[in-house]
Amino acid sequence: MSGVNIRDLSIAFGGHKVIEKLNLSVVEGEFLVLLGPSGCGKSTLLHSIAGLIEVSEGQIEIGGQDMTWAEPSERGIGMVFQSYALYPTMTVERNMSFGLRVNRVPKAEIEKRVARAAEILQLGPLLARKPSQLSGGQRQRVAIGRALVREAGVFLFDEPLSNLDAKLRGELRRELKLLHKNLGSTMIYVTHDQVEAMTLASRVVVMKSGQIQQIGTPAEVYEKPQNRFVAGFLGAPGMNFVDSRIEIENGQPVLRSPFALGLGDYDFQVKPQNGQAVTLGLRPEHISITPDGAWEAEIQLVEPMGNHQVLWLKAGDVLLSAVVHEALDFVADQRVRFTVDVKRVSLFDQGTEARL
Amino acid sequence: MATSRLKARLRGLTPWSALLPLAATVLVAYLGTALWSLWISVSNSRTFPGTEFVGLSQYERLFDNDRWQHALYNLGIYGVLFIAACMVIGFLLAVFIDQKVRGEGVLRVAFLYPYAMSFVATGLVWQWVLNPESGLQNAMQQLGWQGFTFDWIIDQDKVIYTVVIASVWQASGLVMALMLAGLRGIDVEIWKAAQLDGVPAWRVYLSVVLPMMGPTLATVFVLLSTAVVKAFDVVVAMTQGGPGTASDLPAKFIMDHLFGRANLALASAGAMTMLLTVLVIVAPLLYLRSRKKEGGHA
Amino acid sequence: MKKNGKRSHFTPARIGVYGFLLFSAAFFLAPLYIMLTTSFKSMDEIRLGQIFSLPHTLTFDAWRLAWSEACTGVACEGVRAGFWNSVRIAVPSTVLPILIGALNGYCLSFWRPRGANWLFGVLMLGAFIPLQVMIYPLVKLEAALGMYSSLTGIVVVHIIFSMPVMTLLFRNYYAAIPMELFKAARIDGGGFWRIFVQLMLPMSVPIVIVAAIMQITGVWNDYILGLVFAGRENLPMTVQLNNVINTTTGERLYNVNMAATMLTSAVPLLVYLVSGRWFVRGITAGAVKG
Repeated sequence: MSGVNIRDLSIAFGGHKVIEKLNLSVVEGEFLVLLGPSGCGKSTLLHSIAGLIEVSEGQIEIGGQDMTWAEPSERGIGMVFQSYALYPTMTVERNMSFGLRVNRVPKAEIEKRVARAAEILQLGPLLARKPSQLSGGQRQRVAIGRALVREAGVFLFDEPLSNLDAKLRGELRRELKLLHKNLGSTMIYVTHDQVEAMTLASRVVVMKSGQIQQIGTPAEVYEKPQNRFVAGFLGAPGMNFVDSRIEIENGQPVLRSPFALGLGDYDFQVKPQNGQAVTLGLRPEHISITPDGAWEAEIQLVEPMGNHQVLWLKAGDVLLSAVVHEALDFVADQRVRFTVDVKRVSLFDQGTEARL
Repeated sequence: MATSRLKARLRGLTPWSALLPLAATVLVAYLGTALWSLWISVSNSRTFPGTEFVGLSQYERLFDNDRWQHALYNLGIYGVLFIAACMVIGFLLAVFIDQKVRGEGVLRVAFLYPYAMSFVATGLVWQWVLNPESGLQNAMQQLGWQGFTFDWIIDQDKVIYTVVIASVWQASGLVMALMLAGLRGIDVEIWKAAQLDGVPAWRVYLSVVLPMMGPTLATVFVLLSTAVVKAFDVVVAMTQGGPGTASDLPAKFIMDHLFGRANLALASAGAMTMLLTVLVIVAPLLYLRSRKKEGGHA
Repeated sequence: MKKNGKRSHFTPARIGVYGFLLFSAAFFLAPLYIMLTTSFKSMDEIRLGQIFSLPHTLTFDAWRLAWSEACTGVACEGVRAGFWNSVRIAVPSTVLPILIGALNGYCLSFWRPRGANWLFGVLMLGAFIPLQVMIYPLVKLEAALGMYSSLTGIVVVHIIFSMPVMTLLFRNYYAAIPMELFKAARIDGGGFWRIFVQLMLPMSVPIVIVAAIMQITGVWNDYILGLVFAGRENLPMTVQLNNVINTTTGERLYNVNMAATMLTSAVPLLVYLVSGRWFVRGITAGAVKG
């Protein structure tokens, strides 16, 4: 089990800077997820930790040793790729043992490691099969098995579930979480799927354009997003954003338009200014439909989702989505009243997009 | 306006009428000629087609014929050397070009342009280059290597090797192009996985890449083999089958006997032998292919 | 590998790669170099026997002789006549096989008449039949039809021998076009020929280019078919080239020979240089044969 320390990392491709002065510490034993849209640099970062991409500047430390220029096979890591990258002409057993054989690991040791990995991943009956004879989920397990037999300190995952259908993705997600619980190894996981990030991570690193936007536990990044990008990226349906302006009345900050909202209970990180242009962020589940709610809206659309409903509310010029778990009947064009839990909302400065 | 059943039927014939050239070619030009040659090879034809069935006696005479035996011997040497050299050189060229070298485009042109030249031109150029008096041997001697000899082209035992050299020069570029396409079809992440496992590059090529290129290798082998069996132009241009008949090949033997020496049956027996050889090489591949995929729309 | 500092790009391995490639390139380019230099030398210089040297004085005489005065058998008019013969053979032998191949591919891919696949299968097999099996009966057949030793004769032969590859190219190309497109056209009222001419052919430009490149090169470089079927007045350039070089009496004019070889190879080499990618695409498509 190793930790990873990244200091002032910069990576450039042909003059184009993909990552600039990035700092990150991965704690031993944690499941760290790199989350972000395509092109944000998360895969590049992962591949540079693996040693598959050369860095321009900075340092990468794995298990306390400087591995910035080390070969991938010397870094004490295992990696699982998006397309599994299994050797198609070899059996499962040979796929897992190939690297060990090349490095002259004693035969007895190889057998021991392969057997252990096969047991953990339930690959026993599949050992003699070739990749073409396996299902998607089985192939992914073999890919994980190949990383496991290396007995590495850190495991890297490059969007391993994107090639699977939704149902399979859910199953393998749970298996991965169990795997981490049982092995306790350090795992760094790249994905663009926020559900995977939320369910698997001990900490989430949200990235955009080569920069880290926020690091925190899933709860932290979800409840207290530090900027508008993080707020909008997590959560489905996405957060509602309403532009407004802060006014200080009697020493208390409030919003006046599009509806009045007292901000006394809001946990400000930065002191608000009078007249400051802000964006109010409301998660759909923080909007409650109550008959004595302070504000009024007209239901534009109802989306029944089985165990909950999504209501699209038009309040004045603003369109908001709200999530309702109770089995109440709502119809389009119905007028309702709603309230907002001020303690749970987010406020962002319109200019800097940072959290207030 | 509803169409009568008759009209619909007639319209259904249109695709068939469009395929008439195909049908005619297949039935007459391919099947017809093959059957005709088969008949001739078991008949008593000489200058003109004969009318008697003589069993396999023509084949016996063929395989007793010294010149044919020598042609077969040459074919064996030529075939083995040509195929081996082309595949090895082609593979190496493809592997090296695939190493992200600069000027890949120019290098590819350099390797592949010989394939654009006719066999005749190839044979003629190499005949000139390997000419002992004015070609390579002479030039090397003039440059200082007095003892350098390269007179294979007039040496009865070695002339077939010169034909091999010329042919390999022409065809290696094609093999390279095919292998390069095969190499590039390999998933990039497999390379990364191997790199992570600490597998050295040569070992990856040997244990992972080559097995994955099985279909490509098979295709190339079949292509080269059929080219070997059909080799004619290059021999005519380079050595005219000589000195004497030292560099004779079956294709030339057959052509000579069809038109020059006017022994139809013997030539046809030779032709049928060639056909059999080709079918033996090709049939397994075609069978596997047709089972794997059904082309066209399902 | 080093742990301290960047990985160097000039490893021995890298140098070896470039070395091998450059050495190989030299081997492949050497004959071309020799051809060109020889063709520009005078006979006196050639007799000195230094094939690797550059010409001391550039003379274009050899080229002129090769083009218009070299002896190709009976006549001594250079390979010029052969050039035009090759053109007259190549044009119809490219256009017609492409049209027929497209028609076959279209028919097999979209209409799929019963039993047509069997025909196609035999055609594919037929592509491997050595031409020595076919050549004599074809000669007799053409003679019976009165087209032996004529331009028609050689074009028909080229059509026959190129049909497998052409049909395969187009069939595979049309297989990638969605069947829904074809069905939509039929619903719109298109018949067999209209769909072919107005829909499929215009969509076939890429594959037509590939087919044309393959066919032009193949026909131009053909020797044996032209020798047997074209007739004395239509002998293609390759046949005349061989005559110039291998059937001369008296002193062999090597510079003329090399010039003639260059002239004969000019067209396909030009096609190759211009078409680059398409050429390779053609070979890989046709050579893979299914």
